[in-house]
Amino acid sequence: MTLVSLSGYLLFISFVAYLVGTFLFGGAVKGSKKDEASASNKRWGKAAITVTIIGFATHVGYFITRWMASGHAPVSNMFEFTTAFGMMLVGASILFYFLYRSAAIGLFALPIAVIILGYAAMFPKDIQPLIPALQSYWLTVHVITAAIGESILAISAVAGLIYLLKNVDLTKRSKGRGWLEFIMYTLVLVVGFIVVSAGFGASGYEAKFTYVDKNDKPAEMVYHNPPLFGMNEYEAKTEGVMEPIAEMPPIINAKTLTTFVWSILAGSVIYLLIRLITRRRVAELLQPLAKKANSQLMDEIGYRSVLIGFPVFSLGALVFAMIWAHEAWSRFWGWDPKEVWALITWLFYAAYLHLRLSRGWEGRKSAWLAVIGFAIIMFNLVAVNLVIAGLHSYA
Amino acid sequence: MSSIKCECGHVNPEGTDICQNCGRPLSKEEKEKRLADMRYDGAAIRSMTHKRSIVDKVWNFFSSVKIGVSIIIAILVAAAIGTFLPQVFYVPAANEAQAAQYYEEHYGTFGKIYNALGLSDLYGSWWFMALIGLLGISLVVVSLDRGIPLYKSLKNQRVARHPSFMKRQRLFGEGEVSDPDAAMAKAKQKLMESRYRIREEDGAILAEKGRWSRWGPYVNHVGLIIFLLGVMLRALPGFYVDESMWIREGETLAVKGAPGLFVENKGFSYEVYNKENTDEVFGEAIDRVGTVASKYQTDVALYEQPEDALPGSTEKEFVKDYSIVVNKPLKYEGYSIFQMDFKLDELKSMTFALQNKKDEKSKGELTINLANPEKEYDLGNGSKVQVLDYYPDFNGFEDGEPQSATPVPNNPAFLFKMFTPEKPEGETSFVAIRQTLEPLGENQYRMAFQSAETRNVSGLTIRKDKTLPIIALGGLIFLIGVAQGSYFNHRRFWIRKADDGRLLVAGHTNKNWVALKRELDKATEFAGLPAYHDQRDPEEEIEDHTEGESKA
Repeated sequence: MTLVSLSGYLLFISFVAYLVGTFLFGGAVKGSKKDEASASNKRWGKAAITVTIIGFATHVGYFITRWMASGHAPVSNMFEFTTAFGMMLVGASILFYFLYRSAAIGLFALPIAVIILGYAAMFPKDIQPLIPALQSYWLTVHVITAAIGESILAISAVAGLIYLLKNVDLTKRSKGRGWLEFIMYTLVLVVGFIVVSAGFGASGYEAKFTYVDKNDKPAEMVYHNPPLFGMNEYEAKTEGVMEPIAEMPPIINAKTLTTFVWSILAGSVIYLLIRLITRRRVAELLQPLAKKANSQLMDEIGYRSVLIGFPVFSLGALVFAMIWAHEAWSRFWGWDPKEVWALITWLFYAAYLHLRLSRGWEGRKSAWLAVIGFAIIMFNLVAVNLVIAGLHSYA
Repeated sequence: MSSIKCECGHVNPEGTDICQNCGRPLSKEEKEKRLADMRYDGAAIRSMTHKRSIVDKVWNFFSSVKIGVSIIIAILVAAAIGTFLPQVFYVPAANEAQAAQYYEEHYGTFGKIYNALGLSDLYGSWWFMALIGLLGISLVVVSLDRGIPLYKSLKNQRVARHPSFMKRQRLFGEGEVSDPDAAMAKAKQKLMESRYRIREEDGAILAEKGRWSRWGPYVNHVGLIIFLLGVMLRALPGFYVDESMWIREGETLAVKGAPGLFVENKGFSYEVYNKENTDEVFGEAIDRVGTVASKYQTDVALYEQPEDALPGSTEKEFVKDYSIVVNKPLKYEGYSIFQMDFKLDELKSMTFALQNKKDEKSKGELTINLANPEKEYDLGNGSKVQVLDYYPDFNGFEDGEPQSATPVPNNPAFLFKMFTPEKPEGETSFVAIRQTLEPLGENQYRMAFQSAETRNVSGLTIRKDKTLPIIALGGLIFLIGVAQGSYFNHRRFWIRKADDGRLLVAGHTNKNWVALKRELDKATEFAGLPAYHDQRDPEEEIEDHTEGESKA
């Protein structure tokens, strides 16, 4: 067995372990009566954290073996970075489990890690050699530190989500209920993306087009799902594929748009099915799982994770980033979109920390802020890499 | 300035919320609160006491946390808007008109408006810089406004606090104990084990640790201020050099922006990954992606003019050889020279033969250095060629005149005058690549292209940044401050006997209440202190703690 295939197997074991761990954590918060449950809950909790730690260990094993195989830290493209981010998110939730013994954090963090891993797996998994700009030990130092910071910050969103699920009244129509359901819908959309990519990928769908790019140069594009949108002045090279519904101007990447729309379609169908079958909102389905969590504790975890994550994020995503940018691009700051969005993330959490000083910003408002913070981090990971072109666009 | 006298007799400055001596609530608002506002330990802060003059008003504006957060959010939103479209410095445009055209062509009406509003150079705009400036002022003001009173208040804090102060703490417990003095002694012992510093006074205990973490926010603000000052210094001449230059293989040029330094390009190399030169694990990726660059390298020799050299002298001393690659700039005397760009196979020279059109017999060959063509090439035996005009980057005619788009020899064209024994008065010929014109009538001779030589060109960037140490210092102080404020907590416990002999316990921390509760649990259990409640946790009474185990 080669190192590469070994690393693949280890990653798969982690994926399964996180799924199993989620169900075990479910057992740790179940129970009709609050007092009776604790002994059985504790057993479930112990099993859950054990499985989670095993999954995390194999995940680290994946990371190390892939590093050995490629000779560089496996954080150099979308698949590698996103997978590593998932690993650190699990690591952070283990840390917070031991800090606060909260099963709820594990219960909600693990499925998010599962979705992140699924999302990562939709990108090319082959091991790529490093382009000149990435040939630096700062790749290892900067990216890993930034990812650790982001994963700790993400825990605050997990705690925030639990807080909201518990405290937002889902029986009455309100802004909070709408937005909470919107978060759930977004999560389902990511699942939709995975279903679409994996589905068309398994069927081996391919449609090749030539087009004229924004510099008026001929170029080629291969779609892996039926082309809803065509590139600028496209011409089909594969026979028997569907005719794109609309042609896009050269600045819009019609392939990305196509994947995006397919994901929304699939995600919406899945979401509607859930609603039709269960006759309830997704938030309502999850609410019982959050009922046992202590709001004060969730608020505390939310605040604490920002406190722990913010310095790490500052160090990795700004300070180390500046040092590397100075070595590689001759300036420590250049207003590249990725840099700007790292700054935006930093400013946002700085605002969070200052708002926490004011009365009335604990609890619900903080929980919303934490969720928004995670959305910004995800935007920087997904949209800035794939949509806004810049020096950091790799995938 | 007026002052407030507390029941205990202590005179507090106006604006004090909590008596700095006994801890009784003083202000009306404070008295109405169920829990004490411990943010600055109830000390009077300048912005709350001075409200009259213009200076006060400006001061109060900038000292407000709300205003500070608003400025942060404004910068955040502006920064995000700047990423909608590429900023002008990432756009291939030499001037404003070209940029305007680029935005309109590529991004339509939206691009046109975006550029017209100045959003395409948002980060360099006066209003964005003004926002950063406002943030800087806010950082200074808020640190002085809050930091100093907090420091004084914590430094002078008293041990024995009035029961009303303790009751209004988030963690509070009271109850009868059989032997209060023994319980207090044991609590003291336990808290000392947890590394609390203990002070005793009038039968009261104050246990405190981690006060220094309260300075964290102020330290990190100082770091940020130093950072911003460093950035501002770059505007001063001499602090900051940022130049770019193209240098062809074989050339020796003065380093732009670095007087007295010269660099020679000994060769540029561009390498790609392929299946032969890389490990087989990369095979799949190379198949999928195709060409992937592996290296951009310029081999240079650095020279320096000796300090005692006469003005205008071309004397140079060799300094060192270096291979500049991405991520490994050449560093010398504060200057860094970076590998930033390259052009492969730029034309270096062209060789022509002076040929008789009929029998193609040559009168001789000449090689023209495209960077610096000679005026005349003598081929001997009465033949010579004059270069009347040279168009390095020929791009067509305008009013009958040939034009050159740039001084770079991308598409060289020449106006030759050929002298031969048959035509001693000379024949004129315009020669471009795959194009020959004879403007003054049919010629007998022509310039026949023989061969061309090419060479690579390296794009280098030269930087000097004297502000870097200041910026780095600011960054370091910021990180220390942020770690100090985030990873350490200021914890305090007050324990005292009430007049009726009951024991009162109160606890406060600036953050991480769970850890504070754990320490109080330990002390409570060991010393038999009265049970306490978290007065801010409404779920505490109705729920058994299956989580958190703060009560376990």
